[in-house]
Amino acid sequence: MLIEKTKFISKTTITANTYLIKVFAPSIAQSAKPGQFCNIKVSENSFPLLRRPFSICDVEGDYIYFMFDIHGEGTRLLRDKKEEDELDILGPLGVGFDLEGDYDTAIFIAGGLGSAPFPFLTKNIPADIEIHSFVGGRAKENVIEYKMKNVLAATDDGSYGFNGNVVELFNSKLETFDTKKIRIYACGPNPMLKALQNLCNEKKIDCQLSVETVMACGFGICQGCPIEKYDGDGYLLVCKDGPVFDSRAVKL
Amino acid sequence: MNMVDLSIKIGSLELKNPVLLASGTVGYGNEISKFTDLSKIGGIVTKSLSLKPRIGNPPQRITETPSGMLNAIGLANVGVEEFVKSKIPFLKEVNSTLICNIAASSVEEYVECTKILTSEESIKAFEINVSCPNVKEGGLEFGNDLKAVGRITAETKKVTDKPIFIKLSPNVARISEFAKVVYSEGGDAVSAINTLVGTSFNIWTKKPKIKNITGGLSGPAIRPVALAKVLEISRNCPIPIIGIGGILTWQDAIEFMIVGASAFQIGTANFINPNTGLDILKGIEEYCIQTNISKISDVTASYQI
Repeated sequence: MLIEKTKFISKTTITANTYLIKVFAPSIAQSAKPGQFCNIKVSENSFPLLRRPFSICDVEGDYIYFMFDIHGEGTRLLRDKKEEDELDILGPLGVGFDLEGDYDTAIFIAGGLGSAPFPFLTKNIPADIEIHSFVGGRAKENVIEYKMKNVLAATDDGSYGFNGNVVELFNSKLETFDTKKIRIYACGPNPMLKALQNLCNEKKIDCQLSVETVMACGFGICQGCPIEKYDGDGYLLVCKDGPVFDSRAVKL
Repeated sequence: MNMVDLSIKIGSLELKNPVLLASGTVGYGNEISKFTDLSKIGGIVTKSLSLKPRIGNPPQRITETPSGMLNAIGLANVGVEEFVKSKIPFLKEVNSTLICNIAASSVEEYVECTKILTSEESIKAFEINVSCPNVKEGGLEFGNDLKAVGRITAETKKVTDKPIFIKLSPNVARISEFAKVVYSEGGDAVSAINTLVGTSFNIWTKKPKIKNITGGLSGPAIRPVALAKVLEISRNCPIPIIGIGGILTWQDAIEFMIVGASAFQIGTANFINPNTGLDILKGIEEYCIQTNISKISDVTASYQI
């Protein structure tokens, strides 16, 4: 983890409100792991004051990709960066996805922008492991399948793929994995993660959840991003102990 | 060529420079040490310690506001015992002057914490937090009560030979009255200011953005208020002042010294650039060279009014 003055390279539009940016960040790229994030200073002055956390979408050599929705002033400023602009990035941060363990099938479950960390994870899953991706969104335009493998989609309004949410879709396909040793990697809005957590904990399915929260520092000093431990005995920090947690470690 | 004497003295405490890192913005030193060389910093002030561990407030604890942030962490900390066991060894290694911040919910607890910690050789001074706005008991109740602040100062002084700094609340009508009480009860310095009570609501859900409803406002938004409070103390009381409030740059730090601060603390800025302290150290040294100041302590209370 370090602070790197990186260079903004390019921007691509993924959906109407979702962007992918490419940044030249050789030092951070070298040590980044799937599921980790970076805390980005989106302006050179003190507006906005704090950095903004973004999950690492992909890494290619010296380049890092970040995917984000336009939420407010911070993300608008990031979108409007020009080629060669300097971008002050702190990272890589947090504990990413754990790839170790006994499984032969990796299942990715993403809701909306929750697809962001999966391109990098897809690349890092060992070659002998089968990957299946379940991707959900409110409507067709919110489904992000960017660089994901074996995708099944779900939309709340039924405009694309399965009519319903992505956890329901996954549940409906669960028996097709009966003979497999599955490991779930999930990222998305809290209600989705919570539904998935309930399902996985009830059926004793191995599951890792990447959670999102408001943050200030991103590396453990401000204590601003607590998440309750599963047993209710105090808090963990999303920035330092997460953002990826075992589904039996935290209360959503 | 280093011709500037950057060292300062607060009571019996000598610091190699006036740059301190504020309580609650450096944890116990380990995380921030990955970004900055703490041994070059004047000193670090630990996260508030209480006698027993505190888990802190439920989320959401923070939100950004114009030029600042609100926080209601709720004094989450490991407690005195665990601090001595697991945090002090690392803090010794970083070789920075260690100031322990203590928060408590009774005068007795302040005394007890000070008593336990004073035997730790690596702790060079105590900063007593009588002004946390985010806990139900203690906190601001003390910070708003002249008698309580006086008692806490006197009682903690009795159990330690080390300097006692009292961290004052800005949420009072006349902060200089509190400084006077600290001074008359033998306190060695005041740290001013702690955060200002604030809140922020989501206009669609009509709910407060932080769970505690109110939080402490920090960051550049509070700097003019902090400067005015430091100046007020400086003009009314001879006690040394440690200035705090929205310092982001060396210019901000110098401004605090001009209005009366002997040293200053960097807080919220650490969250954005954990190396701010060293950047500021370089800046204040250059300022001294440029303006022919041989001792940084000459800047303290050099205001021309």
